[in-house]
Amino acid sequence: MSMTVLQPGPLSLLQDSGRRGQHRLGLSNGGPLDAEAFHYCNRLLQNPSGCTAIEVSVGGLQLQSQVDTWISLTGAPMPLSINGEERTLWEVHPVSCGDIIRVGFAASGCRSYLGVAAGFAIEPSFGSTATVAREHIGGLRGERLQAGDQLPCATVMTRKRYYLDEGDRPRYQKMLTVRVIPGYQQRHFSRVAQRRFFGSTFHVSERCDRMGYRLEGPAIACDIDGVLSEGICGGAIQIPPDGQPIVLLNDRQTIGGYPKIGAALSLDTARLSQLVPGCSVHFAAITPHTAHKALRLAQRFALQRPLLERRP
Amino acid sequence: MRLQPVGEDALLLYLGDSATAATSTRVQAAVLAIESVLGEDLVDLVPSYASVLILYDPLRTDHLHVARRVRGALHNLHDQHAQAAPAPRCVVLPVYYAPEVGADLESLSARAGLSMQEVIDLHTGTDYRVYAIGFAPGFAYLGEVDERIAAPRLATPRARVARGSVGIAERQTAVYPSDSPGGWNLIGRCPVPLFDARAHPPMPVSVGDTVRFESVSRERFLALGGDLA
Repeated sequence: MSMTVLQPGPLSLLQDSGRRGQHRLGLSNGGPLDAEAFHYCNRLLQNPSGCTAIEVSVGGLQLQSQVDTWISLTGAPMPLSINGEERTLWEVHPVSCGDIIRVGFAASGCRSYLGVAAGFAIEPSFGSTATVAREHIGGLRGERLQAGDQLPCATVMTRKRYYLDEGDRPRYQKMLTVRVIPGYQQRHFSRVAQRRFFGSTFHVSERCDRMGYRLEGPAIACDIDGVLSEGICGGAIQIPPDGQPIVLLNDRQTIGGYPKIGAALSLDTARLSQLVPGCSVHFAAITPHTAHKALRLAQRFALQRPLLERRP
Repeated sequence: MRLQPVGEDALLLYLGDSATAATSTRVQAAVLAIESVLGEDLVDLVPSYASVLILYDPLRTDHLHVARRVRGALHNLHDQHAQAAPAPRCVVLPVYYAPEVGADLESLSARAGLSMQEVIDLHTGTDYRVYAIGFAPGFAYLGEVDERIAAPRLATPRARVARGSVGIAERQTAVYPSDSPGGWNLIGRCPVPLFDARAHPPMPVSVGDTVRFESVSRERFLALGGDLA
């Protein structure tokens, strides 16, 4: 009982909520880049949070279902169809054995999450199914999906047909302000360099992937070239010698020695990961206290928007 | 000692400014102390040369609360945990040193003004400490290499370094646990897997352990499961 991958698209990866507590082996977190869209994918399907879904980057995924179940697609607006009939995102849809599910290419944003009722049943490694291709860990073979892959999932008869009201769905724009907690080697950046970092517009470069988003803008100078290698937290913003910031994401390496000016708020790295090359980014400094308030508010409101039910 | 918030879920504890064995011992003691004081609030720890990254769950606690408890635990660190720390293991890793598996052995010898055998003797003649694990799963940073065979990273990193390759960068040495890009000077190859996702534990070493290399013949390397490709 499974779904068959007919076409994987450029980058489709099995992801759960990510690997925790394994940094001492050198393993990174993996997990969904856009945690909010991933959360709604499982919540709509009435799955426990963190069930394994497919993170589709850019688009182009095609599956054939071998089971009767339910699916939902959340995140960037990639056209979804079942047997050629268009379906809306942020909504639970029934699929039957033999149905063809197609995910087209995104009009804006670039990550979406395709989930099934009860999640894909993948054997975890190091406590998680998250695929980190750089480490060859997680997913089916530690790699992106390929044509012919079988994704085990269960037959599920009953699910409520929940959907998220259009006004409650995130809108993926081409500009973003990323909140940053200054830290790490902040004091090695002069006042001028810091003002330039927090006052300039940066653009997403072509070199953006699950490890990190490299931005282009005015060069940010640092007094030092590097530090003794130290632990890197999620969202850490590394400034290599060329002065072009790199915001480090889920598949980052666990330690490194480039100077860092601070770390971005996870709520904003989720939105950052929806940007494509050319989109613009600003940075704004916040305190850890403000960051914690923002996280608690998101937990209480942004992730708990009411679900509506479609009745036949 | 310096403790600073570095992100929404992270504090970084600095225990020194240089990579010395004494600092590394303090790092290890701090890891044990932090684990016992934070318990369930601790999400993960990343010990390195002179620092420990402490990751916590910001929905359960905050940086002030974590910092207070960490400071308290470190206050009387010296004796208490130094004794509680498990005795470091000494792991001996076999290495086949030869140009066919160590592409930089000849150039490194020439640069150092030594024979290849002298380079091998210096590399096997030191007990190395595991200072940090990172870069890739199972990649252990070992120090310190005798300064006569220290060498800067390659100007252009190789696109592929074979699994098991033993390299030198500055005064550090390491075994590449899997095929990966890399810029270290390669001098040999180790047939023992440094990272095996199916093994328990998945790594033969952890931070604070001692590693010694032992020179083995081509035949012994192959017999131990080594791969020349």
